[in-house]
Amino acid sequence: MSVLLIAEHNNKEIKSFTLNAITAASQIDEDLHVLLIGHNADEVAKSLSLVPNVKKVIQVDNEIYENYLAENFTPVVLKQAENYSHIVCSANTFGKNLMPRIAALLDTSQVSDIIKVISADTFLRPIYAGNAFATVKSSDAKKCVTIRPTSFEAAQTSGGTAEIIKADTHEAAKNTKFIKKEEVKSDRPELGTARIVISGGRGMQSGENFKLITDIADKLNAAIGASRAAVDAGYITNDHQVGQTGKVVVPDLYIAVGISGAIQHLAGMKESKIIVAINKDGEAPIFSVADYGLEADLFEALPKFLEELNKLNTIQK
Amino acid sequence: MKILVAVKRVIDYNVQIRVKEDGTGVVTDNVKMSTNPPDDNAIEEAVKIKESGKASEIVAITVGEEKAQETVRKALAVGADRGIHIKADGIIEPLAVSKILQKVVDKEKPDLVFMGKQAIDDDCNQTGQMLAALLNWPQATFASKIEVKEKTLEVTREVDEGLETIEVSIPAIVTCDLRLNEPRYASLPNIMKAKKKPIEQINASDLGVDVKPRIEQLKVEEPPKRKAGIKVSSVEELVQKLKNEAKVI
Ligand SMILES: Cc1cc2nc3c(=O)[nH]c(=O)nc-3n(C[C@H](O)[C@H](O)[C@H](O)COP(=O)(O)OP(=O)(O)OC[C@H]3O[C@@H](n4cnc5c(N)ncnc54)[C@H](O)[C@@H]3O)c2cc1C
Ligand SMILES: Nc1ncnc2c1ncn2[C@@H]1O[C@H](COP(=O)(O)O)[C@@H](O)[C@H]1O
Repeated sequence: MSVLLIAEHNNKEIKSFTLNAITAASQIDEDLHVLLIGHNADEVAKSLSLVPNVKKVIQVDNEIYENYLAENFTPVVLKQAENYSHIVCSANTFGKNLMPRIAALLDTSQVSDIIKVISADTFLRPIYAGNAFATVKSSDAKKCVTIRPTSFEAAQTSGGTAEIIKADTHEAAKNTKFIKKEEVKSDRPELGTARIVISGGRGMQSGENFKLITDIADKLNAAIGASRAAVDAGYITNDHQVGQTGKVVVPDLYIAVGISGAIQHLAGMKESKIIVAINKDGEAPIFSVADYGLEADLFEALPKFLEELNKLNTIQK
Repeated sequence: MKILVAVKRVIDYNVQIRVKEDGTGVVTDNVKMSTNPPDDNAIEEAVKIKESGKASEIVAITVGEEKAQETVRKALAVGADRGIHIKADGIIEPLAVSKILQKVVDKEKPDLVFMGKQAIDDDCNQTGQMLAALLNWPQATFASKIEVKEKTLEVTREVDEGLETIEVSIPAIVTCDLRLNEPRYASLPNIMKAKKKPIEQINASDLGVDVKPRIEQLKVEEPPKRKAGIKVSSVEELVQKLKNEAKVI
């Protein structure tokens, strides 16, 4: 029994969530191989081979894999799949898009978004936006599993010596064409892995007002999140959305500002270690999950917060 | 052009879920049910395309128990032309739903299938991609913008890094994000009219698809509860607590 993990990367670097998925995958079985599909991604292959949990790296290189399309990746994975009991990848937009396409062709009922490996066939996963946890057992011979990255530690990235082997490519899909990706580049930490996240909601009232949040994020070296209402209103781009249909974050500190705390938002942040809520409505549901709640007008509280942070002579980075 | 739209009946998104004490699932008796939210976006988009003259027929389909028909009826009230209800009881996994939809697509021959990106009960996010695989059709998942061209669709997708644009040729599967559009409400006259629109009922078992779950739900439990927190009275106190008590800054 061996596990095949599909790596996510940008042909230069491994995406950090792949490291969390590696940890989960090696809990399923120690004989973990990683499939790297890309173009000119030798550096990525090298760094994967250094991950101690990885026993073998299978590299597939072709210019058709420069940009990632599920239609192009699927036949490559299927070709490798026969040697493995489990096919896994992270449950972010990469894995969510890809894995079901593979599972259907393997005639396997996929187990999505696991937060714990109980045994090789039994997993824990949240349902109903995290309002219930289900323990599920798969009876399929070959299992397709996606992993909620924030529920597992990132694997170590040095000390390993996995061999890198090359494998065959497949012809390009004719009916799907990549056109462009509008990536929002930022120097701030990534939302999914940041130690501190500060999020704004509808209470921010405008995109300009998000400056109150960015100033504090700069000070704390924090990532910036948002509620769906804030994204829908155009205050901030979609890649910042936290929640059931956005990203899941588990930082040491999550600060929710002008966010009411709808269950769909809580689904994305309530596992955070420390939660702070700043809201002028004392009855807002966000206070029920907050370790520290401040009932205040955010337009007064945020400038004051920054001022107080500036007074601290050391801020843990 | 003909558009098939898959709609699922789920517990309404506003309902606070309660886990059954015996660990077999969540309480559904006397609980408000609605259409899975992104499926409303899928219907809305189909209706808009029809209104623009680019589609001639919209067929709404659901797989589920007798009452799931209400979901199809609602789709008819906002503009679908006719409905299909595939009757099946219990948990029907995305793999089984996609096999059922595949049979229906073979028969109905739609040019596009619109679905939600994710059902808010099982949070699986699988069915559209699986159907695309079984049909060997292109998939445009997590769509927040759709442009219908001659023989293709240009779709903007919401991905972790931001937005991605792809072009898929028709026939294709699209799974819809909540930001795709603003679903309309059904007007009273349209609700009345929808009562006269036909809904074809078919038993899942008559389609020759094995719907038996492959995944056994051993236990459903409440997630661990958070310890109750405190209210602080000032920003100064908050910063002090974060620094000295929680030690996170
Ligand atoms: C299927 C589905 C999926 C969803 N997925 C997500 C998701 O992934 N993420 C998500 O966030 N939402 C999601 N939602 C939406 C969710 O239900 C809520 O509508 C949304 O989270 C509300 O955002 P909000 O808290 O910013 O806005 P509101 O609920 O409008 O809350 C604004 C808050 O700001 C406070 N406020 C206003 N002014 C001030 C001020 N001056 N000072 C201090 N406080 C102030 C108010 O008291 C209020 O509590 C989803 C909904 C559905 C149906
Ligand atoms: N039983 C069902 N009946 C009709 N459509 C469904 C059903 N289950 C899933 N779907 C469709 O597939 C989408 C994704 O569901 P899921 O893969 O379960 O997250 C939903 O938004 C629906 O459009």
